[in-house]
Amino acid sequence: MIPHRPFLTLVSLVKYSDGSLWPCFLAVLRMRENMHHVPETVERYLDSTLDSVDSAEELALGLAQRVGFDDDDLMKIGMAVRESMVNAVVHGNRYNANKKVRFSVAYDAERLTLRVADEGESFDFENVPDPLAPENLLRTSGRGIFLIRSFMDEFEMRHLDKGGTELTLVKHLVSK
Amino acid sequence: MSVKLSTRQVGDVTVVDVAGRITLGEGSSALRDALRDMVGKSQKKILLNLGDVSYIDSSGIGELVSGFTTVTNSGGQLKLLNLNKRVKDLLQITKLYTVFDVHEDEAGAIRSF
Repeated sequence: MIPHRPFLTLVSLVKYSDGSLWPCFLAVLRMRENMHHVPETVERYLDSTLDSVDSAEELALGLAQRVGFDDDDLMKIGMAVRESMVNAVVHGNRYNANKKVRFSVAYDAERLTLRVADEGESFDFENVPDPLAPENLLRTSGRGIFLIRSFMDEFEMRHLDKGGTELTLVKHLVSK
Repeated sequence: MSVKLSTRQVGDVTVVDVAGRITLGEGSSALRDALRDMVGKSQKKILLNLGDVSYIDSSGIGELVSGFTTVTNSGGQLKLLNLNKRVKDLLQITKLYTVFDVHEDEAGAIRSF
C-alpha cells in the first residue's frame, strides 16, 4: 500500500533530526520513489456467482482507468477479467456457495496485475486443446484461456497448494 | 443491458436483430433458445443482425458456433450481418471469421441465400 503514512514519517524525521533539512529532502525523494514502484493492491473475496464476474470487471476497469489505460486496453482488460472470473466461478468453484473467488488488482504507474484464484478442483491446464486447431474451430467452448492470453501481456496459471487454480494477468501501460 | 432479440421475415429469410450483450447466462441462452426454436419451425434461412451487439464473450462466441452448427446440420444456413469492430476482431482472432458467411449490407445478405 502506498504511501506508508508518509506524513508521519516526514514529521518524525524533522522532529528527531538535528534541524538540518537534508534528512527531510532524502525522505521526500524516498517517498516519491516508493509511490512510483510499490503497487497498490485491492483484494476481494467474491461469491461463486455470475454477479461476481460483473463486480470484478467493474473494480478492475475503475483502477485501470485510474492508471491511464486507453479504451482499447480497457476493453481487453475487461474481457480478460470476465473470462478469468467465469473460469473460476463456473469451472473452478462450480457455483458452490461455500467457495469463494479471491480477486486482486495491483497497480502502479507502469502495469496492472490481476490475480484470480478459485477453490475448486485444479484443472489440467497443460492439456487445454488449441481452439485454433482446425478440428477444434467448431467447438462451442474452450476459448476463454486463449482470449485471456491474447488480450494480456503476461499470463500465468498455477495450481495452489491448498487446492484450486490461480491465474495471474499482467497488462503494461505503454505509450501509444 | 442483457440481450434483446427480435425477429422479422424478409421473403423466406428470417432476420434476427440482436441487441445488447451476448455473455454467459441469460444472453447466450436466449440466443440458443431462439435459434433452436427457428430450426424446430423449419426456418432454413437465418440472418443474425449483430449491429447492436455491444459485447460478446467466449460463451457468446460458443453460442454463435453452436447456432451455426445446429442450423447447418438441419440443412439450413446461418449468416451474420453488421459486425461491429469488437465482434469482428474477436471472430478474427478465434479464426471464426472465415467460418461464418459475414455481410455488411442487409439487402446483399438476403440475396446471398
